[in-house]
Amino acid sequence: MDQGVAITGMGIISAIGNNVAENYASLIHEKKGISRIQKIDTIHRDEIMVGEIPVSNDEFIAQLGLPQDNNYSRTGMLGVLAAQEALKDARIENIDAYRTGLVSATSVGGMDMTEKYYYDYFTNAECQKYIIAHHAGDSTQKIADHLGINNQLVTTISTACSSAANAIMLGARLIKSGKLDRVLVGGSDCLSKFTINGFKTLMILSDTYNTPFDEHRKGLNLGEAAAFLVLESDHVVKAENKNVLAYVKGYGNANDAYHQTASSENGEGATLAMQQALKVAGLNPKDIDYINAHGTATGNNDLSEGRAFINVFGDKVPDFSSTKAYTGHTLAAAGAIEAVYSVLALQNNIIFPNLNFKTPMKEFNLIPQTKAKQKELKHVLSNSLGFGGNCSTLIFSKNA
Amino acid sequence: MEELKQELKAKIIDQLNLEDINVEDINDNDPLFGDGLGLDSIDALELIVMLDKDYGIKLTDPKEGRAIFESIDVMAKYISEYRSK
Amino acid sequence: MKPVYIHSVASISAQNTVDETAFLDDLVFYEDNVLPAIDPNYKDFIPPTAARRMAKGIKMGVVASKLALNQAGIDKPNAIITGTGLGCLRDSEKFVSAILDNNEQFLTPTPFIQSTHNTVGGQIALELQCKGYNFTYVHASVSFESALLDAELQLKNNEATNILVGGVDELGDHTTELFKLIELIKTEKVSSKALLESQTKGVVYSEGANFFLLTNEKDEKCYAELIDTAIFNTLKKDNLPTAVEIFLNSNKLNPEHVDLLICGHNGDVEHDDYYEVLTSGIFSDTQQAFYKHLSGEFHTASGFGFWLANKILKTQTLPEAVKLNHVKNSEFGYVLLYNQYLGENHSFTLLRKC
Repeated sequence: MDQGVAITGMGIISAIGNNVAENYASLIHEKKGISRIQKIDTIHRDEIMVGEIPVSNDEFIAQLGLPQDNNYSRTGMLGVLAAQEALKDARIENIDAYRTGLVSATSVGGMDMTEKYYYDYFTNAECQKYIIAHHAGDSTQKIADHLGINNQLVTTISTACSSAANAIMLGARLIKSGKLDRVLVGGSDCLSKFTINGFKTLMILSDTYNTPFDEHRKGLNLGEAAAFLVLESDHVVKAENKNVLAYVKGYGNANDAYHQTASSENGEGATLAMQQALKVAGLNPKDIDYINAHGTATGNNDLSEGRAFINVFGDKVPDFSSTKAYTGHTLAAAGAIEAVYSVLALQNNIIFPNLNFKTPMKEFNLIPQTKAKQKELKHVLSNSLGFGGNCSTLIFSKNA
Repeated sequence: MEELKQELKAKIIDQLNLEDINVEDINDNDPLFGDGLGLDSIDALELIVMLDKDYGIKLTDPKEGRAIFESIDVMAKYISEYRSK
Repeated sequence: MKPVYIHSVASISAQNTVDETAFLDDLVFYEDNVLPAIDPNYKDFIPPTAARRMAKGIKMGVVASKLALNQAGIDKPNAIITGTGLGCLRDSEKFVSAILDNNEQFLTPTPFIQSTHNTVGGQIALELQCKGYNFTYVHASVSFESALLDAELQLKNNEATNILVGGVDELGDHTTELFKLIELIKTEKVSSKALLESQTKGVVYSEGANFFLLTNEKDEKCYAELIDTAIFNTLKKDNLPTAVEIFLNSNKLNPEHVDLLICGHNGDVEHDDYYEVLTSGIFSDTQQAFYKHLSGEFHTASGFGFWLANKILKTQTLPEAVKLNHVKNSEFGYVLLYNQYLGENHSFTLLRKC
């Protein structure tokens, strides 16, 4: 099978930290970022909990040094911050030295601004600058602009909750095919009234801390975040003597084709995605040391995903946990932040705990890892399962 | 009760955008989900909103909906008992 | 590396393009700044239980995909890859306005569910029970080309043998008004035939769905061979000719090999000059064509251009209505498409006669 694609840098901002180091510290100290919503004025504020980043838009504008007439949505700002950190981590000083692309992912895009000014646009000329920033590709373009990525392959993926995982997958394929020498891959989504109300209508939001894989789970907590990885081809790694953090070893995308929002009871889509990822990686199920599950804590996902684990791993399901009890479900960004966590797990040989777990689900005998566990890790599998039946799996490995 | 049943049929057609169906086509004890009218889980969520908005009945667990929405008869009975609007 | 062929084409647009046996015979000329797509009879294709939830964009995408698959004689493709600039706009607008108008109360789930960008791809998969690879690209005017590029990679590497690729965008009332407000859409009505003479900024806006079945197995029904696609987030006008030459050279070609250049002129006085750089430069002696006076502009309008290129290559005819100049061509061998929007997100697509 093919060699893995080298990851040489990472960046992240989430409810549990403004960079990789802060996120890692929170993970090992069991410090979750779930709270009542502060920054969005919603009538549902007392009925939901979220993984909100405790930094305001004005603070981000100052931090990024953006001009007052900028038209960045929060999605764009989160994306730029995470992408910047990733580039710095990869020690990239001259972005033009190689063919460097960008594949980002989002579901909210500029909707956070659109919903704010939807009617105001007609009477207040000052906010009209956000009209053109609504579309999903805009935050990606902002990242490219800010980082000086020009004349390059830049695109955006939106497949709901599997979006960023798919961005990483495409990036790996672009490197393998020789179309790019290196690529920044990941995603960004901010909280918005649109998504809060949307998920509320589906009746899958919990009014308390989310409890993945627990029998009494009540639903998900929405979150916001952005994360990026830098993937570089072998010849760039050699030529620049880069430090490789881990490798994107395997990937798979399949469609559940069961229902628009719910996952099939037998977890077929997730099963196919995991099997495909193992095939691409040239690995057997027993080679997986840890699964960072999608684990949103909805009744449907955890049942479907659990069944999928059993389909693929039989009675030898590896240690697994969902980190969404820390960050909430960050929608399009989830695949990217959990990629960062998977790499951190590999680098530190540590399995992060599945917080808030008390009671095993009655349908099967699957107990997530509830305490941080030191373990030699060679291969970590990460799932991201989205609406429209879009199921994605990534496998990260310590070695090529 | 008869009036409520007719009202429910009209609302269901409207809310769920059942373009090719008329009030006369829905029988009082036809199953609404599965075989009868063929509604699905997304429709159940839509009807839960209708219960709240038009009749003041709030359901917190979507699974409760399936029992209440079994047929027009069952729905009408439930609504007459618990409505606050 | 395997070759890539376009096995079938399907278009729903502001022109009469649904009937694949016709080729712009029955042109519609408009005097407007917003052009709705001409609807096929959706009931012929979509059962009422599904159609009742679908806004126009989803219906267009589902029908165009069915037409492409039927034409190709494929029940279930290996993969489904779509592109959309603004996604399911009508449902997004419906949900946002419901949130604002009702102060977040009594909201219904359907518009939210339907508003996710990958709804079209997901809906096609659901109906066909297609469990394969399914991606949706959402990057402005390279949304369709990103989908094409992805499919091209997979087919050339033999990771799949047939892939359904499509681009779809729909009009949304509120968004249309916003675009008129900031002159992304021309404020005055424009005649289709006079689009290129327009001296104002903004475009004539439209909607549509263009779907194709791509394969790496040749067939006598094939429309064309897809040689290569390239996308660039930015490109300065000065660098454009070089970028095109590099693209052609990497496929062992020069500008002289191109028999037809199809450009995405959209009547925007501020950005159509990108095309002039090529039409009065390295391609000044090449037959040139344009199409957005027929299709209107929207993020995936280049899908209509791709449909046009395929029809030209298969029929070896170039409709008078799309000609920009008159160069005597013995045959159409290589066709190059170039598109950009607002001076960003440029794409080159190279096709060859089968």
